[in-house]
Amino acid sequence: MVRSLLSVENVHKAYGVNPVLRGISLDVQAHEVVVLVGASGSGKSTLLRCINGLEAIDAGRIMLDESLEVSAPDADLDAVRQRIGIVFQSFNLFPHLSVLDNVTLAPRKVLGAAKSKAEHSAHELLARFGLSDKAESYPDRLSGGQQQRVAIVRALAMDPELMLFDEITSALDPQLVGEVLDVVRDLSGSGMTIVMATHEMTFAREVAHRICFVDAGVVCEQGPPEQVFDAPVHERTREFLSRTRTR
Amino acid sequence: MGLPHVDPERRDLVRRKARRDALVASVSLIAFVAVAVVLIARSPGWPTVQDLFFNGEAFKKSFPAVLSAFWLNVRIFLVAEPCILILALIVALTRGSTAPILFPLRAVATLYTDIFRGIPTILLVLLLGFGVPALNSDFITNEPLVWGTVALILSYGAYVSEVFRAGIESVHPSQRAAARSLGLSNTQTSRYVVLPQAIRRVIPPLLNDFISLQKDTALVSVIGPIEALRQAQIDSSFTFNFTPYVVAACLFIALTVPMTRFADYLNRRAANQRGHS
Repeated sequence: MVRSLLSVENVHKAYGVNPVLRGISLDVQAHEVVVLVGASGSGKSTLLRCINGLEAIDAGRIMLDESLEVSAPDADLDAVRQRIGIVFQSFNLFPHLSVLDNVTLAPRKVLGAAKSKAEHSAHELLARFGLSDKAESYPDRLSGGQQQRVAIVRALAMDPELMLFDEITSALDPQLVGEVLDVVRDLSGSGMTIVMATHEMTFAREVAHRICFVDAGVVCEQGPPEQVFDAPVHERTREFLSRTRTR
Repeated sequence: MGLPHVDPERRDLVRRKARRDALVASVSLIAFVAVAVVLIARSPGWPTVQDLFFNGEAFKKSFPAVLSAFWLNVRIFLVAEPCILILALIVALTRGSTAPILFPLRAVATLYTDIFRGIPTILLVLLLGFGVPALNSDFITNEPLVWGTVALILSYGAYVSEVFRAGIESVHPSQRAAARSLGLSNTQTSRYVVLPQAIRRVIPPLLNDFISLQKDTALVSVIGPIEALRQAQIDSSFTFNFTPYVVAACLFIALTVPMTRFADYLNRRAANQRGHS
């Protein structure tokens, strides 16, 4: 049987009186790339934030590796977050630290890695994504695309088992989107498990093993990209796809 | 590459405008000063004022004593300032903490800021300076200078803690989220991500409070210690001439002006660093 790296079971989450997640379920296998698509406000980002423990859920269960319950009220979230990396729409680099320090902060302080060792791994990661010459720069000297690539490297430096990407290209100028998507492509090629929310449909079709169409806080339809994009079963999926295509 | 292309006619126009602006500014300044001087010098009481406040002889005579008393103001400032920073940072961090076990400390910190921001500093100096020595305790000092300084520390600590708190709250929550999502604990997030940014942002307003404190060291005079203002008061009561006060004023200005310029410089630099945003 295939191992479930992440399983989200019937999760509910409301902000005040507004329900955002209404019993959503999602299983992710190791090395799988799952892309969440859906309208703004459908709950994609909230789901990712819940998986990382940044938001507490109201009901249901989120399990990591079938053994660690992320959603338990007394879960050790620091331990969970060491295993799950997340990258946000707004890059959220630390502006007072150089690129190198942004990347090495968590390995040094959380994992207790030695400075030289952390910096060595950081340089390797930066080189892998074409950022070697930016190691000493501060975030405000980088383009949006470079900042977002650094944010991804910063998450990867913790050597996570699962990466969450929350609309990581939505805040970028169109000509910078490509370089960030290249990074995701590279990661998926190297077998990283990825759950990604995006509006980049072409990219989703190319890189996803599975597309999940999220609507009104549940997964409305899911399957391989060809199936969901070319032969959607659900009325809501068809509506959504026709709207995104005419845009 | 090559030299940037500049239209010579346009450049001349810009230069001419700059020269005209400078000329207008100079003429306006001279005219303004002339009118002020004439108005003051022609008022009937001017000779008396000149003799009582701007008496060169009295200035020279009182300067050494006031200057050496001013050294006390400097010392009060130098002792109070680091204490204020430490106290304020502790109070700000305590008020921002969330652990249930720290609730009593949070309550104390809140009460402290509420009370000490509400009492006029001079009143606090009087209360501590006269109140504590009246205890006649064997364990604590009766020295008014000490209690005057403590009053300044308590009063300014409450203000400065609010400055720190504002700085901490000005760091966007997404920074905290980013740090936590990397596995950093709450404490590590505060120490490595939030505080460094917060402190950088509050340095200009903090300098403003320091400047204020430099002047408020004079408040300690009300409970006895002979600092610059008290020395000036003593001198002038001997000679019936107020020039020593002007001496003290000049000394305070000499200390605060460089600090003000430094604060301006930091503000400008911060504005430049923020760049386009």
